[in-house]
Amino acid sequence: MTGTNNGLKLFLAWTFVGIPLTWGVVQTLLNAIKAFQ
Amino acid sequence: MSFLARERTIAAPGYSRWLIPPAALCIHLCIGQAYAFSVFNLPLTKLIGIGQSAPNDWKLTDLGWIFSIAIVFLGLSAAVFGRWVEEGGPRRAMFTAALCWAGGFLISAVGVYVHVLWIIYLAYGVLGGIGLGLGYISPVSTLIKWFPDRPGMATGMAIMGFGGGAFIASPLSVWLMGKFTTATHIGVAETWICMGLIYFVFMMVGAAIVRVPADGWVPEGYVAPSQSSRLITTNNVYVYDALKTPQFWLIWWVLCLNVTAGIGVLGQASAMSQEMFKGQVTAVAASGFVGLFSLFNMMGRFLWSTTSDFIGRKNTYFCFFALGTVLYALVPYSGSIHSVALFVFCYAVIFSMYGGGFATVPAYLRDMFGTRYVGAIHGLLLTAWSAAGIFGPVLVNYIRQYNVDHGVPAAQAYNVTMYLMAGLLVIGFICNACIRAVNERHHMKDEPAVQTAAAVGGN
Repeated sequence: MTGTNNGLKLFLAWTFVGIPLTWGVVQTLLNAIKAFQ
Repeated sequence: MSFLARERTIAAPGYSRWLIPPAALCIHLCIGQAYAFSVFNLPLTKLIGIGQSAPNDWKLTDLGWIFSIAIVFLGLSAAVFGRWVEEGGPRRAMFTAALCWAGGFLISAVGVYVHVLWIIYLAYGVLGGIGLGLGYISPVSTLIKWFPDRPGMATGMAIMGFGGGAFIASPLSVWLMGKFTTATHIGVAETWICMGLIYFVFMMVGAAIVRVPADGWVPEGYVAPSQSSRLITTNNVYVYDALKTPQFWLIWWVLCLNVTAGIGVLGQASAMSQEMFKGQVTAVAASGFVGLFSLFNMMGRFLWSTTSDFIGRKNTYFCFFALGTVLYALVPYSGSIHSVALFVFCYAVIFSMYGGGFATVPAYLRDMFGTRYVGAIHGLLLTAWSAAGIFGPVLVNYIRQYNVDHGVPAAQAYNVTMYLMAGLLVIGFICNACIRAVNERHHMKDEPAVQTAAAVGGN
């Protein structure tokens, strides 16, 4: 039960920080690619 | 408030230590916005004139002080409040950092609304700067305590967030300003109100998640060394006693010189690439390079600090200084042979090592001074960052200007600077080579660092 609970918490916590970070990195990469074109 | 007390944050059995890095990232991703503050500079110069600056609008030179004040207060607050952060626990520090950081945005919005610049100096610069300092150091010692087996990787993850925060803040700021700007109004104040509220919520999530390990907790399967190895102590040094050791000041110079070299060229990367490769690199391409270098800066924080867990902290800094010296010296050569690819390669690796220097230093301090006061000692060490923030840009700008004034072509005006930076890295190499284990007379006598009670922990 603790393992499942921990797994859910881990998923939520990493998603919470991962989504904005990924979004920011993708935006930066897209801008960099545009600049190189 | 008892919710904030250190005792309330002690982890229950079975708590996963992998929840700590996202808690730390919640803080660092927010305060990393500081690196993207420049996106507001231009809009802030047109608050009255809207389309173009009016005589009563703020000047760019005056606005530059906002970021500088914030960085100075980052260093000062980390140094002054380090011990309070260490002893009060991470949740109290994160909560205070959230109040200061978000408060800085909200009060700055008032400053924009009434168009009084000193309100922004005090709000974003002083209050926000204190939030930066508290937020920066708040998760460091907690991460080190949860990851005694991989301290470099753990702190690298958090400090990577500081680099990554700008990636989020920059497009978010532009998007929000677009939403609030009309033909007769520039929406900086509204953007700052939104960002203050978003950052407060985000940082409070981090404060809610964070936990400190119970006394004696060790990761499953990890056996704490019972004796100090040559450069990794099992003892602790009291925060203010660390200042009396040559090791602290050597690491101070190691960080300061690594950052001076990096920060000096960080702000000039765009202009430098355009002037060295006139006709080959446009302003748009240069901004693309800067974005790419920022990514290397962020990734370097994680990759180099993780590598340091395997090759050791001293060897990692040897890599920074030896490789850095070669790469800085190669930059003028890349200009002379018109190789943009070589220039980009040199800069990408240089920026990865610039970030890596920040991320590896907490684990270096842990190795030298133990875990007990590592957060507070790290706070004191961040004054090296503040000093480098002055040395680096001043060196680059003044030497370039001196060369231009003395008839050196713009394409070659940075050559002396790059050789000088390479020279600084040689000094850093020597400082790093001088670092030995801390003399045992500085060790805390009443509190052994080794936690031998093998409490069963999560992973």
